[in-house]
Amino acid sequence: MIDINQKISISPAYRFQWEEAQQCYVLLYPEGMIQLNFSAGEILKYCAIPEQSVATLLQSLQQAFPEIVDIRSDVFAFLEVAHKNGWITLTE
Amino acid sequence: MAGLPSPNKPLWLLAELTYACPLQCPYCSNPLDFAQQKTELDTEAWLKVLREARALGATQLGFSGGEPTTRPDLEILIAEARKMGYYTNLITSGVGLKPERIAAFKAAGLDHIQVSFQASSAELNDYLAGTAAFEHKQAIAREVKKQGYPMVLCFVLHRQNTDNIAEILDLAEELGADYVELATTQYYGWALVNRDQLLPTREQLQRAEPIAHAYQEKFKGKMKIYYVVPDYYEGRPKACMNGWGNIFLTIAPDGTALPCHSARELPNLTFPNVQEHSLKWIWEESPAFQHFRGDEWMKEPCRTCPEKAKDFGGCRCQAYLLTGDATNADPVCSLSPHHETIVAAINQANPDLPSKALIFRNPKNSKQFSKI
Repeated sequence: MIDINQKISISPAYRFQWEEAQQCYVLLYPEGMIQLNFSAGEILKYCAIPEQSVATLLQSLQQAFPEIVDIRSDVFAFLEVAHKNGWITLTE
Repeated sequence: MAGLPSPNKPLWLLAELTYACPLQCPYCSNPLDFAQQKTELDTEAWLKVLREARALGATQLGFSGGEPTTRPDLEILIAEARKMGYYTNLITSGVGLKPERIAAFKAAGLDHIQVSFQASSAELNDYLAGTAAFEHKQAIAREVKKQGYPMVLCFVLHRQNTDNIAEILDLAEELGADYVELATTQYYGWALVNRDQLLPTREQLQRAEPIAHAYQEKFKGKMKIYYVVPDYYEGRPKACMNGWGNIFLTIAPDGTALPCHSARELPNLTFPNVQEHSLKWIWEESPAFQHFRGDEWMKEPCRTCPEKAKDFGGCRCQAYLLTGDATNADPVCSLSPHHETIVAAINQANPDLPSKALIFRNPKNSKQFSKI
């Protein structure tokens, strides 16, 4: 489904931001909010960097978290959910 | 307040900027005596509210009313709120709104616009609104989408329009809504006065529910449809406001802070005003906001009910308005000893009985209520 050459971004229907009072990243949409756990917040933080491919995202995350042996499967599992929920946009 | 756990954060701030409104919807959530309440916070006072609530953790901000676009300083409030990091929602009837102002809101940083409709036909819409608004509302909804906003369309459902649920959802799709809120009429204030004419029948709901679910499936991934069965027919109460003073904070036009927009109807509670107290004190320490937090206040059957953490005993305003005591279980609960009041209301709301005229929400009728 998700190809590592695809460009990835946060869907324009959502706003992604850090919430100081809640100490977590959130996704905001009309009249609603999704509070993100640590790993979801970290992955989406990298998705918010413009003009980024899934491959670059994986590299950046692996560098940021070298202690995680197989980060790829965890990230892909989250991206599948995020894509299904419309939080992220994938383009060729 | 030793011993009390520190409250959650007021994630949702509803700023009721004004009670002025060109519409007269007979189910309006504004107080019956709104015409008596002419004081409105000025721009600076609102900015102080926004700053203080944001510091407490408020993230979603709704500009509401009345009709919030009657405030000439709305652009300023939007721009400042956006800078503070709020997700800004404008909740409007669209009446009186022009494309240039929608563009000005966009430039100020407005995130989303919710447009309310009364019905799917001009005839019923304009009858309920008390003014010819339907055509203009459609034009405004199209303009909102054209300018790139996400859009929620809100339809308040009751006996007069529940049978048109398919037409309503077709209209929403045609106008390009991203979300449709099929809001159940809440029977407080104006809607309670008009309940006999507004409460849908069980047969209507039995017809409407499968249609709503079929449309949810049909438009999945394209247009999200929110639909709930009215609490009068559910047998269990709604988790009103997600609990008293838990995540919702409403500020009325005059600066009164409320845990929900109906709470002013409750007796023996003094709600604090933002011009006299900090929001931090109001949220964390004021007696009114503490009053129904937790479950110490509960009576039976709520106190020992295994579902009390799920619905918090339902709605305090409904308990007071229908049983005379705000600490009673919400009578929509079938376990409530007062549940017969709901059964009676359902029987009374019979379309075969001679119908009274709707009482519209306007200053003239409001003044009548103030005299009582």
